[in-house]
Amino acid sequence: MSIDLSLYDALKEAGVNLLLSVPCAMLKGLLNVIETKAEIQHVPATREEEAVGIAAGAYLGGRNPAILMQNSGLGNSVNAIKSLLGFYRIPVAFIISQRGAEGERVAAQVPMGQVTIPLLDCIGMKTHIIVTASDIPQISAAIRECQATLVPVAILLTYSLWKGET
Amino acid sequence: MEGGNMKRFDAIQEITRYLTDELVVCNLGYPSRELYVLEDRPENFYMLGSMGLASSISLGIAIAQPGRQVVCIEGDGSILMNLGSLATIANVNPPNLTIIVIDNGTYGSTGDQPTATSGRTRLDVMARGAGFEHVTTISTQQDISPVLKLRGECSFILIKVEPGNALVGHIPISSEVLKERFMKEL
Repeated sequence: MSIDLSLYDALKEAGVNLLLSVPCAMLKGLLNVIETKAEIQHVPATREEEAVGIAAGAYLGGRNPAILMQNSGLGNSVNAIKSLLGFYRIPVAFIISQRGAEGERVAAQVPMGQVTIPLLDCIGMKTHIIVTASDIPQISAAIRECQATLVPVAILLTYSLWKGET
Repeated sequence: MEGGNMKRFDAIQEITRYLTDELVVCNLGYPSRELYVLEDRPENFYMLGSMGLASSISLGIAIAQPGRQVVCIEGDGSILMNLGSLATIANVNPPNLTIIVIDNGTYGSTGDQPTATSGRTRLDVMARGAGFEHVTTISTQQDISPVLKLRGECSFILIKVEPGNALVGHIPISSEVLKERFMKEL
């Protein structure tokens, strides 16, 4: 099975029933699977912080949301993660493509790439780094834990995950 | 009150007269504090932080609860922080969502510094440009009720008011309790 299909299945298995997204080239395949399958409602947002707000409202309304974004968008989301999700204890899963790390070809991605993991650590966000296909089963378990503990979680997807596919 | 001197408090008071079982998301600071004093109810989700996200939170609720009417009480300074939200909402177009922006032209909770709407910016035009089909602009208290009675379409209502806050205290309920009592109403 392709990596993108496996990622999609992991989200479904975790019971995610609303996806917010701001696109990233690394997430292109997964976004295609989401659109093609048309099983999980998908709402594109204009900016990552906005997606956090929509996800928070959807949780209040009884949904199980996750957000797909690039790590640059994590920087755009920090205040909402702390003063909305953290303050009200609202669980949202963040599926984040890790640009600016090993394998990166765009120099402008590097500054944010270098601080992504320290930033997640600094804001107290539990983080799972998905390096190979064998790590994918961690994803649904991590999302279920987020839902059970009402604590947001970050799932970092690295370039190496798709290595050999393209 | 006659048109021209309506303040945010008067507008919120008028809105609360027409609330039955609507789910309400209210902008942080004085708007939430005024709503709390006027009509506290479990269906009110008061924002206590994350300025700018009231309309986004209300969109999420409207998507998740298609059978309930959702009303967002927003401010000009706040929606100006998240204008992309207008485009997202207009494209999702949830028929159960009403965005009400109470526009006093200032950042009322931080000392009435002017916002862009006290200059050249018009939020009703922006909402139309974002794709909202139902946009109403009002500036007198008596015009609020006919607009609020029209429900069932994704709509944007701009209420122009004068700056100024009511003398109200802070909301004495914790964030987690606010969340839990809101979710119990669903």
